[in-house]
Amino acid sequence: MGQTMAEKILARAAGKEHLSPGDLISARIDMALGNDITAPVAIREFRKIGIDKVFDRERIALIPDHFTPNKDIQSAEQVGEMRRFAHEQGIVHFYEIGRMGIEHALLPELGLALPGEVIIGADSHTCTYGALGAFATGVGSTDLAAVMATGELWFKVPPTIRLIFEGRPSPWIGGKDLILFAIGRLGVDGARYAALEFSGPVIDGLPMDGRLTISNMAIEAGAKAGLIAPDKITEKYLQGRARRPYEVVLGDADAAVLEEHVWDVSNLEPQVALPSSPANARPVSEVAGTRLDQVVIGSCTNGRIDDLRMAARLLKGKKVHPHVRLIIIPATQAIYLQALKEGLLETFANAEAAVSTPTCGPCLGGHMGILASGEVALATTNRNFVGRMGHTESRVYLAGPAVAAASAVAGHICSPQEIKEVD
Amino acid sequence: MSLLRGKVWTFGDDIDTDAIIPARYLNTSDPAELAKHCMEDADPEFPQKVSPGDIIVAGKNFGCGSSREHAPLALKAAGVACIVAENFARIFYRNAINIGLPILESPAASAALREDDQVEIDLAKGEITASAGKQKFLSVPFPPFMQEIMAAGGLINFVKTVIPQQNQVVTRTKRGGMPGSRQ
Repeated sequence: MGQTMAEKILARAAGKEHLSPGDLISARIDMALGNDITAPVAIREFRKIGIDKVFDRERIALIPDHFTPNKDIQSAEQVGEMRRFAHEQGIVHFYEIGRMGIEHALLPELGLALPGEVIIGADSHTCTYGALGAFATGVGSTDLAAVMATGELWFKVPPTIRLIFEGRPSPWIGGKDLILFAIGRLGVDGARYAALEFSGPVIDGLPMDGRLTISNMAIEAGAKAGLIAPDKITEKYLQGRARRPYEVVLGDADAAVLEEHVWDVSNLEPQVALPSSPANARPVSEVAGTRLDQVVIGSCTNGRIDDLRMAARLLKGKKVHPHVRLIIIPATQAIYLQALKEGLLETFANAEAAVSTPTCGPCLGGHMGILASGEVALATTNRNFVGRMGHTESRVYLAGPAVAAASAVAGHICSPQEIKEVD
Repeated sequence: MSLLRGKVWTFGDDIDTDAIIPARYLNTSDPAELAKHCMEDADPEFPQKVSPGDIIVAGKNFGCGSSREHAPLALKAAGVACIVAENFARIFYRNAINIGLPILESPAASAALREDDQVEIDLAKGEITASAGKQKFLSVPFPPFMQEIMAAGGLINFVKTVIPQQNQVVTRTKRGGMPGSRQ
C-alpha cells in the first residue's frame, strides 16, 4: 500500500520508512515561524528550558506583522521583546517594517518554504506553504519554544482527504472561490485533524498565488495541512528563489485516503462566505445587493500581486462608492513595490482607496480599519467570526479580490461581471 | 490533585479562539489580563461570573480558528479547571496539553451535562461524574505519549527532561531526540 504526500514527508522527517494515520512521531523541523503575538510567549517558554542557543538560527523566522507598524505601546513592547531575542540569538530571518511582509506571503516569496519540508508556525495559517508541497502546520507558542530548543516536534500523522477540482471555471473564479466552496461543502470541522490534498485540472492550471490562497484556508475546515503536489508551476516559482536545496515528495496513487471529493466547478459562481463562519459559502448572486461600509483587500490569504492586479483591473477609471471605505494592503514590501511599478497603486489612489504598508491589521481586528457596531464589511481575509474585525455587532463577508473590488465600486455586494472594465 | 469538583458552564459548537480571547486584547500575553476578557465575545458576563474550579462543557470543535496560546492561557488564568467537549480543534488541543490545561473529550458528557450542574472529574481515570454519582461518563483516553507530557506538567518541562544537558547546542547532525520519537 502506498503513502500519501503528507505521510511520506512526515516519514522522511521522522527517519521512518512508512507511516500510517494515527502514528505518533517526532519530526525534524525545516523552518519554524513566530509573529509579534505568538513569539513573545514562545521566547519566554524557551528561556524556561534553560539552554542558551536556538537549534539553528537560519531555520527560525520571526516576523512582526500582526500589530505592526506598532499600534500602541504594548504592541511595541511585544515587538521589542522579539527584536532583542532575534539580535541576541543572531536569528537570520527577522524582518521589520520596510523589509517585511505578512508572514505567510513573505516566507514563500523569500524562498524559505520548500517542497518536501516540514514547517511549523505559531500561527494557524502556516498551512499556506502546503501550496509548495511542504507539510506545513500551525501550532502554539509552547510548541514553537520546543522547536527553537530541539529542532523537533511531535505530530500525530493525519489521514488525507483528497479534493479534486474538475471542469473549466469562468475567468472570475480564483483560488478564493474554490476554497470557500470547498469549506462550504466540508464545514468548519469537516477536515478536523486531516491533511487536505488539492488536485485536478483546475488546480493544475492555477498560478502559485491562487494556490497559496487555497492552502492558506485549509485550517478553516479544521485541517492540519493543505497540500498541493509540486509541478512545473511550483518549479518555475522556486527558480532563483529557493534558499535551500530541496527534494520534491509526491504521494503514491494507490495511497489510502479518508475521503475523496470530486467537484466540477465549470458553473461555479464567485463565492461569498456570509457572517459569521467561513463555511457559510454562497454564490455571489444570493447575497448581491447587501450594503457595505468597508471593503478590505489584503491579508495572508489575498494580498499577493495577482490579487492586486485583479482589484486594479476592476477599479481602473472608477471611484469607490461614496459610502464605502476601501482599504488595500499589499502583503509584502516586494508586492507593494511591484504594484507601484505596475501603476496599480496609482489606480487604487485615483479610485479613492486607502493603501497601507503590509500588516495583518484589520483581518484580526488589530488596527487599520476596525468596524463599529452595526457596520458591514466584505474582506478578502480568511475569517469572519463574531467580532473578528471589530465590534461584536459588526458583520464580515469573505470573498476573493474580484468580488471585493466590484463591490467597493457598487457600494454593495455584487458580481465582478456587473462592473464594466475600462481599458 | 487530579480530582476536580466544579460548576458547569455550557457553550455550543465551534467556539472559536476569537470568542475565547478576542485579538484586540492580544497586545499583552499576561495571563491575568487575558483572564479579564476570557470568553467575552461568546458571553460578555463570563469573566465576572466564572469562579476558580469551574468547568466548561462545550460541543464539537472547541477552540477552532487561530493558534493563539492566549486562548487556553486565558481560560486557565480565569480559573477554569477543565474543559469537557465533544471534541477539540487540533491546535487548541495541542496548546491545552502543552500548557497543562486539563481537557477531556466525551461526546456523551457534552450532550448530557447542563449549565449549573455540579460535576466531579477524576483526571487520572478520565471519569466525569454528575448528579451526585447518578451520571458517569468516561472520556476518550489520551495516547501514552501525551500522558507523559501531561504528567510532566506540560511540554516545556517535558523538553527539559530530554535535552541532554544545559547549554548544549543541538545541531542538525547531532541532536537529542524527544521521547516517543525516532532513534
